Amino acid sequence: MQAQEIYEKLKAEFGDAIIEFNAEPFFDPFVRVTTDKLFDICLELRDTPEFDFDYLACLSGMDYKENLGVVYHLYSIKLKHSFVVKVTVSKENPVVPSVERIWRTADWHEREAYDMMGIQFEGHHNLIRILCPYDWEGFPLRKDYVQPDEYHGMKVPY
Amino acid sequence: MGLLNKLDDPYYGGGIILGKVEDILNWGRSKSDWYLQFGLACCAIEFMAMNASHFDFMRFGCIPRTSPRQADFIIISGTVTFKMAERIKTLYEQMAEPKYVISMGSCANSGGPYWEHGYHVLKGVDRIIPVDVYVPGCPPRPEALEEGMIRLQEKINKQAIFNKRKRLAEEEQKELIISN
Ligand code: SF4
Repeated sequence: MQAQEIYEKLKAEFGDAIIEFNAEPFFDPFVRVTTDKLFDICLELRDTPEFDFDYLACLSGMDYKENLGVVYHLYSIKLKHSFVVKVTVSKENPVVPSVERIWRTADWHEREAYDMMGIQFEGHHNLIRILCPYDWEGFPLRKDYVQPDEYHGMKVPY
Repeated sequence: MGLLNKLDDPYYGGGIILGKVEDILNWGRSKSDWYLQFGLACCAIEFMAMNASHFDFMRFGCIPRTSPRQADFIIISGTVTFKMAERIKTLYEQMAEPKYVISMGSCANSGGPYWEHGYHVLKGVDRIIPVDVYVPGCPPRPEALEEGMIRLQEKINKQAIFNKRKRLAEEEQKELIISN
């Protein structure tokens, strides 16, 4: 199925929850959706037979300087088509519903996005740091991150 | 060591070797170093090549151990993150004396490619444990690690075992005389 068709079907069902559709060449075509409908849209994309997105290829946290975001790359193994869903959240309240119950892959990906970007995934069963030590302070891949001078008595800068 | 070539035919009549006990002990020590397996990042891949048949690390008498209590030296092969640094320190402290450290690759020497933006990388393993031999490269080829191992053996061969304090004092005295 082409991205345009997927977008039209989603738009017909969810209306205003689909904020933007972008099908410029050289990009993967994506839709930007609102956070409150994200879970329903993802469930629809997985469970409808004509979409059948059974594989979450990648989940990435993003820092757009003013905002934070999450990008979901979806792929259907059976129908061999792919699609991208994006959400944007504010830096003050970066809460996104967890899709861990839809695709189990999202478990560790969401923990990584939390660890690096500080995005809170609501409904995740075990949202703790995955790469950094548990007592690490701050979220290192944010653009405004300032690295500490010391960690447990070890000097950090060169 | 130069023990055998003191005699014209050392193996005649059962064989005689002349030498100091210390030299023989050091000879044994340097030729049977067991190392603690400790692969951390991409350098560990090169280190695995060193272990395989082509480069054959075992001809140096090096046998891999999985417990620090059985190991004579540790090869820090790869990027030392802060999370790992604390474990390395614990492992090093668990090793029995005498113990040695080979730091392999730029990462373990100085932070390597992460020296500026690596918020999570310890800039040189020598900030937490003393290093005996540094092997440069990113990653060093197995030949370089072989050279490092030979250097470590040389170092062990030269070490004093008996009357350590006395001999160190003598050496200091000598240096003082030379510098004056
Ligand atoms: S020195 Fe280079 S090859 Fe070795 S661990 Fe660091 S980045 Fe990897």
